[in-house]
Amino acid sequence: MPRDWSELFVTGEPAADAPAPASAAADAEPQRRRFLGRLRESLSRTREALSGELAATLAVPEDEAGWERLEEALVMADVGARTTAEVVGRLEAEAQGGGLEGRALTERLAELLAEIARGDDDLIDITARPAVILLVGVNGTGKTTTAGKLAYQLRHRLGKSVLLAAADTFRAAATEQLEAWAQRAQCPVVTGTPGSDPGAVAFDALAQARTRGCDVVLIDTAGRLHTQDALMDELAKVRRVIAKQAPGAPHETLLTVDATTGQNGLRQAALFAEAVGVGGIVLTKLDGTARGGIALAIARELGIPVKLIGVGEGLEDLRPFDADDFARALLE
Amino acid sequence: MSVFDSLADKLQGTLSELRGHGTLTEDDVNRAMREIRLSLLEADVNLRVVKQFTATVRERCLGAQVVGQLNPGQQVVKIVSDELTSLMGGAARDLSFSPRPPTVVLLAGLQGSGKTTVAAKLARHLHTEHRSSVALAACDLQRPAAVEQLVTVGGQVDAAVYEQGTGAAPADVARWALERAVSEGKDVLIVDTSGRLHVDRELMEELAEIRRTIKPHDVLLVLDAMTGQDAINVAEQFGETVRFDGVILTKLDGDARGGAALSVKAVTGTPIVFASTGERLEQFERFHPDRMAQRILGMGDVMSLIEKAERQFDEREAEELEHKLRRNEFTLEDFLSQLRQIRRMGPLTSVLGMLPGIGAQLKGAKVDERELDRIQAIILSMTPEERRRPELIKGSRRLRIARGSGTSVQAVNQLVKQFDQMRKLLRQLGSGRMPDLGALMRQGR
Ligand SMILES: Nc1nc2c(ncn2[C@@H]2O[C@H](COP(=O)(O)OP(=O)(O)O)[C@@H](O)[C@H]2O)c(=O)[nH]1
Ligand SMILES: [Mg+2]
Repeated sequence: MPRDWSELFVTGEPAADAPAPASAAADAEPQRRRFLGRLRESLSRTREALSGELAATLAVPEDEAGWERLEEALVMADVGARTTAEVVGRLEAEAQGGGLEGRALTERLAELLAEIARGDDDLIDITARPAVILLVGVNGTGKTTTAGKLAYQLRHRLGKSVLLAAADTFRAAATEQLEAWAQRAQCPVVTGTPGSDPGAVAFDALAQARTRGCDVVLIDTAGRLHTQDALMDELAKVRRVIAKQAPGAPHETLLTVDATTGQNGLRQAALFAEAVGVGGIVLTKLDGTARGGIALAIARELGIPVKLIGVGEGLEDLRPFDADDFARALLE
Repeated sequence: MSVFDSLADKLQGTLSELRGHGTLTEDDVNRAMREIRLSLLEADVNLRVVKQFTATVRERCLGAQVVGQLNPGQQVVKIVSDELTSLMGGAARDLSFSPRPPTVVLLAGLQGSGKTTVAAKLARHLHTEHRSSVALAACDLQRPAAVEQLVTVGGQVDAAVYEQGTGAAPADVARWALERAVSEGKDVLIVDTSGRLHVDRELMEELAEIRRTIKPHDVLLVLDAMTGQDAINVAEQFGETVRFDGVILTKLDGDARGGAALSVKAVTGTPIVFASTGERLEQFERFHPDRMAQRILGMGDVMSLIEKAERQFDEREAEELEHKLRRNEFTLEDFLSQLRQIRRMGPLTSVLGMLPGIGAQLKGAKVDERELDRIQAIILSMTPEERRRPELIKGSRRLRIARGSGTSVQAVNQLVKQFDQMRKLLRQLGSGRMPDLGALMRQGR
């Protein structure tokens, strides 16, 4: 259960937070304090709210209506009927068998949800040099923004040198958008000309990463619907290019899923996984009112865990996924 | 016993079961309502809306006289379909053009919903349908390079793009753009804005200010068709702040059933005006409420499905397939491509069940999407040679395929055997146009 950046990444180095690189140390320090302060604050707020509301929701499931309300809460969070039925069914069985009630029932439900959400492997391995991370997903889900934020975290929190690759050569001004993020994160970026082969940009980026001795390469790709076979094939080709250039690469493929997405998210994950293999989900836009329950269905049905969450449009608005917090928020 | 127990039996199944009963009992109606409820939730219609809807339909079903040609089951289908269509909104609606140009259109929505692309598509649409001269105002000053994006796509549709970089306040840019549109005699000004969360007070106030400044004739909410339960919160909040007059539904070319459209219509009463159906700038059309109703329900009439099937099945490919079938050259490669084409049309239960011929074959058989996923994975793990000549698949090849697809040797064996049987079956059928997936599924049990 990663809660801290250094716990999320497998670096092959001692576990302590790497110091920020000298160039950025001066301004990174106050930012960092602010970040952790805010994080703590918001988490305790959630917790307080939760213990109250959760207890209220769950005091009742002695009767039908209580169970139904519970199911409804999960459905309203986009968990989907199938997964909801499963989880609530399991809880109900445990409650009847083991006399779970009140507080214990509350805790058990949160546990069950977290267990599902967590999956087996929710870490990101960046021991390879360079470690290659590929970002894929449907249009507008937050790939480019995530690339920028992740580059920033890797550089300023883990002290890694990061190279960004603008392999979205399709959407108008996508390269300019990533360039703006590269500037914010203070990372170099490799670009191609509009309409050029995205595989070629990825190829260039890997070659440059080698000569520059970069630690991590983040490859941003064009958004596409999982139903567009030709575009999915193109993505598979980009992946093959990467694999040929560096054995074992990409070392991580992240699918961005917008937290407001409904049941279609499951199809997205299934088809992206089929085309390029997906190691983890980045659940974006959790700063709104959507709970992102579809991620739970994705974890349960496809075994793909969430690894990162997006909570805003700022440089620091990306966090390691915390299954327990997520589970609790689903029931709020 | 809870609401979501028998999720596997779909609405379609229940309703076809109902057909043939003599009368419609209260029990039948309740059972049907449960399936409708589940089906609508799977389509992402908001729970609140689902409850209202099923209550209305239930009333009508119970009070309905069984008349004329329809049997009770068909009667339910008809009531559901009628209600949904009327809730979706009757006839297609257009923009309200101002008698004194320029007509000002303000686009608003969440981040990533597709506003900038829609701005250019709408410009193109108005230009081709109404011969309007259109200008676009670049008021998304938040997302990096959004102005550049609008300049590029605006150029592609020959619309003027009014931009002042990202230095000024969005409302000031909007006012300036409106003045310029007036002085340049434009027919329409479309204002692109930043994506924003409905709970972001500051940004929502910014949007309200743009609205007050330029007094648009049409405010359009741009909404992603894949949106889930949260759609009503979004619609209510945007409605409160900027009172939108219409909705543009985007990414409808995907396979989302688009229940969010119904949620938004039901809670705000605002009609959906346009649908965006692809990444190309001409893929934009007037919205058809009746088609959407069918899509959400996942039970389109046979005609529209056949139309869809015909569009998806490339004619030449179909002919080739027929040829292959006749000469017994149908391979696993072909099977995979057929499987993919069919699945692209939507969830198999709804698609296959409605195709003439296959519907009957499938009766009583449940199509398990995950089983199909497994089949696809197995075929994908074969070499092209193996797909063409499944008889090669023996011994170590079997093991390799099983490992590659994350299945078992047994599963691989079974698929090869089933495929062989299917080939035989197809040969008997002679010139059937579609492989009999129904039979394959049944053999899988
Ligand atoms: N509120 C919020 N907005 C986000 C988040 N992540 C991305 N966005 C916004 O969503 C929109 C689309 O993001 P972008 O990175 O361009 O998506 P892409 O098409 O997948 O590359 C932009 O306006 C981003 O600022 C998030 O976590 N929260
Ligand atoms: Mg992008």
